[in-house]
Amino acid sequence: MSETPFVKKLNMIEAINDALDVMMARDSNIVVMGEDVGYFGGVFRATAGLQKKYGRTRVFDTPISECGIIGVAVGMGAYGLRPVPEIQFADYIYPGLDQLVSEAARLRYRSAGEFTAPITVRSPFGGGIFGGQTHSQSPEALFTHVAGLKTVIPSTPHDAKGLLIAAIEDNDPVIFFEPKRIYNGPFNGYYDKPVEPWSRHKDGAVPEGYYRIPLGKARVVREGEALTVLAYGTMVHVAEAVLAEKGVDAEIIDLRTLVPLDIETIKASVEKTGKCLIIHEATRTGGFGAELSALVQERCFYHLEAPIERVTGFDTPYPHSLEWAYFPGPVRIGEAVDRLLKA
Amino acid sequence: MTEGTRSNLPPLQLHVPEPKFRPGDAVDYSHLVIPPAGAQARPDEGCAASETHPLCLDLVRVLGDDNRAVGPWDPKLDPESLRRMLRLMALTRAFDDRMYRGQRQGKTSFYMKCTGEEATSIAPAMALASDDMVFPSYRQQGILIARGYPMVDMINQIYSNKADKLKGRQLPIMYSAKEASFFSISGNLATQYPQAVGWAMASAIKGDTRIAAAWLGEGSTAEGDFHSAMTFAAVYNAPVVFNVVNNQWAISSFSGFAGAERTTFAARAIGYGIAGLRVDGNDPLAVYAATRWAANRARANGGPTLIEHFTYRAEGHSTSDDPGQYRSVQERSEWPLGDPIARLAAHLEALGEWTPDAHAAMDLELAEQVKAAAKAAEANGVLGHGLHHPFRTLFEDVFEELPWHLKEQSEQAIRERRIKWPEWKED
Repeated sequence: MSETPFVKKLNMIEAINDALDVMMARDSNIVVMGEDVGYFGGVFRATAGLQKKYGRTRVFDTPISECGIIGVAVGMGAYGLRPVPEIQFADYIYPGLDQLVSEAARLRYRSAGEFTAPITVRSPFGGGIFGGQTHSQSPEALFTHVAGLKTVIPSTPHDAKGLLIAAIEDNDPVIFFEPKRIYNGPFNGYYDKPVEPWSRHKDGAVPEGYYRIPLGKARVVREGEALTVLAYGTMVHVAEAVLAEKGVDAEIIDLRTLVPLDIETIKASVEKTGKCLIIHEATRTGGFGAELSALVQERCFYHLEAPIERVTGFDTPYPHSLEWAYFPGPVRIGEAVDRLLKA
Repeated sequence: MTEGTRSNLPPLQLHVPEPKFRPGDAVDYSHLVIPPAGAQARPDEGCAASETHPLCLDLVRVLGDDNRAVGPWDPKLDPESLRRMLRLMALTRAFDDRMYRGQRQGKTSFYMKCTGEEATSIAPAMALASDDMVFPSYRQQGILIARGYPMVDMINQIYSNKADKLKGRQLPIMYSAKEASFFSISGNLATQYPQAVGWAMASAIKGDTRIAAAWLGEGSTAEGDFHSAMTFAAVYNAPVVFNVVNNQWAISSFSGFAGAERTTFAARAIGYGIAGLRVDGNDPLAVYAATRWAANRARANGGPTLIEHFTYRAEGHSTSDDPGQYRSVQERSEWPLGDPIARLAAHLEALGEWTPDAHAAMDLELAEQVKAAAKAAEANGVLGHGLHHPFRTLFEDVFEELPWHLKEQSEQAIRERRIKWPEWKED
């Protein structure tokens, strides 16, 4: 890691903006594009000011065509650029799926390394904002299932910047999902209480300039002995709050990168605690929790003292009025924790 | 010299479209070519598609600067129909104003107005048969209003309350109203276009007489779904009317990001070899006449028509954006095609069939009508205040029958509720 003497307080949007700024200044091959990202600076303001600073041929609006956005990113990557396209909401990524799954993910393999797709697709994802079924989904498991794609999900401004820089520098295609519920503060699942801003949270402190957090390295949020929690994105903060409220000495691991996965950190923790709770907001069946559960069972079976628990969103489309009944909040997590501790 | 450059050739340059006006700019629309009303030929409804193609680069207009209806496209509606059209547009605007305020007051999460674009919903709804199937985008609330769909039901949906027929599942304004031949709205763009073609193909397969009509914004014509729909409609001569509402703006992206710097959106019809019309979208009589032309053509097995409605999005994209951040506020006042409600009212006045007093009285009456509907809906609850559908409904309709895992999850949701509120009882 390079010298990073100065630290400033940023929310997650500002941290992402900062990462893009730092990288665009360092590498003239980086281009940013997407719907409304240019003059307007993005519907969440993640690209604010970048067009003015780097010009309209490096930061530009695109037609409303996710297939086109990702397809041209693949072509730009083939030329030698390092595109960072934005898909305005993860819920709108599906028209671009063929370009991601059949093209970007396999380009290195099918050309035996002649061509690569060094693109980072940024996209806000996840619910908790009353966005209904078209502004709330967590489709990460669709992408972790694809050979050749990396999937990254930050949970703090500090990590968002360092991970995004690492993703941009990575020579393989990366899906970078930004949990929009925690853009402005670490929402912890207690929806009837105010959310503290990132400026009052230790991980809202973001070093200035360049630094990277390597892909494939999890973060131990809290060390503990009673059980291991595997989470990512918004659910890291929900887990922290619930386990603190219950006074459980849990070891909480923020995965940060789903593919490649930091299996060593997971294994060491579960072997220590003997109990494993997996939390994600996405639907349950075929979710990334199933993969985690299988891995923990395969690698830590003789250390397990209780069945692995999965806490997830329900297997329904994301609802509107019953959003908090759907969301895997404190009650659902609390029940699973109780079952693990009783075992 | 970087790789691939040759010293005797000029460097290539990327063109990135930029709108003419940004915040603070003075607006001058003199570059827009606005032909006089009544000057456009009206080909026979059964003509070869190519006969319409000059109209794809023109602008069909009926209401002239003197507020008279002129030319071959004048649908010659009687004063009663004109007043009905005016009233429905004004009702749509009154509805939008109240619902927008409701969102600002925290009664719901989201709203989208269609201010300035009312003609592109109301006039087609009047020109189509009431059982023709419509596949709208999210800005055609006017169709439901024109088809007499209960306003209280619309507001129940917006408030996501216990009387919401969509059971609180959808984002506000993403209506579904099968009884009004109105397809379920998706937040995903352009997906309804090929679906409308499929419905129209099915109607033809079955020897039905109903046609389909679809709407989207000019920005969404960039999606692949739009082009798939065009291809299928052309191949199967599907009885469908395609409406492209060119309101100039897709959130902050002007129409140039959908290709408007090169040609019109109606001109997409030329490439696909189907009929196309470009219409003054703020002229309700032109919109009505164009829709009628296309509907008659489709019903007579003449095939699909693409209609571009040239209009202006007078407000923000939704309650989630501030248009003052990305476009000049002067655009609305300078828009050279005026306002559809004002223009139709002026036409009726010119006919001696309407007065400013009558208009003011109508506006008051409509505001009261919307207010009463909103109050009735509020009695069923507003978003986030407990009056929602029962918890089990969260799990219904994922499949026709509830599989074991959803039964378990349904029981879990109820159990969680009881843990949080021990006194709570399921409705």
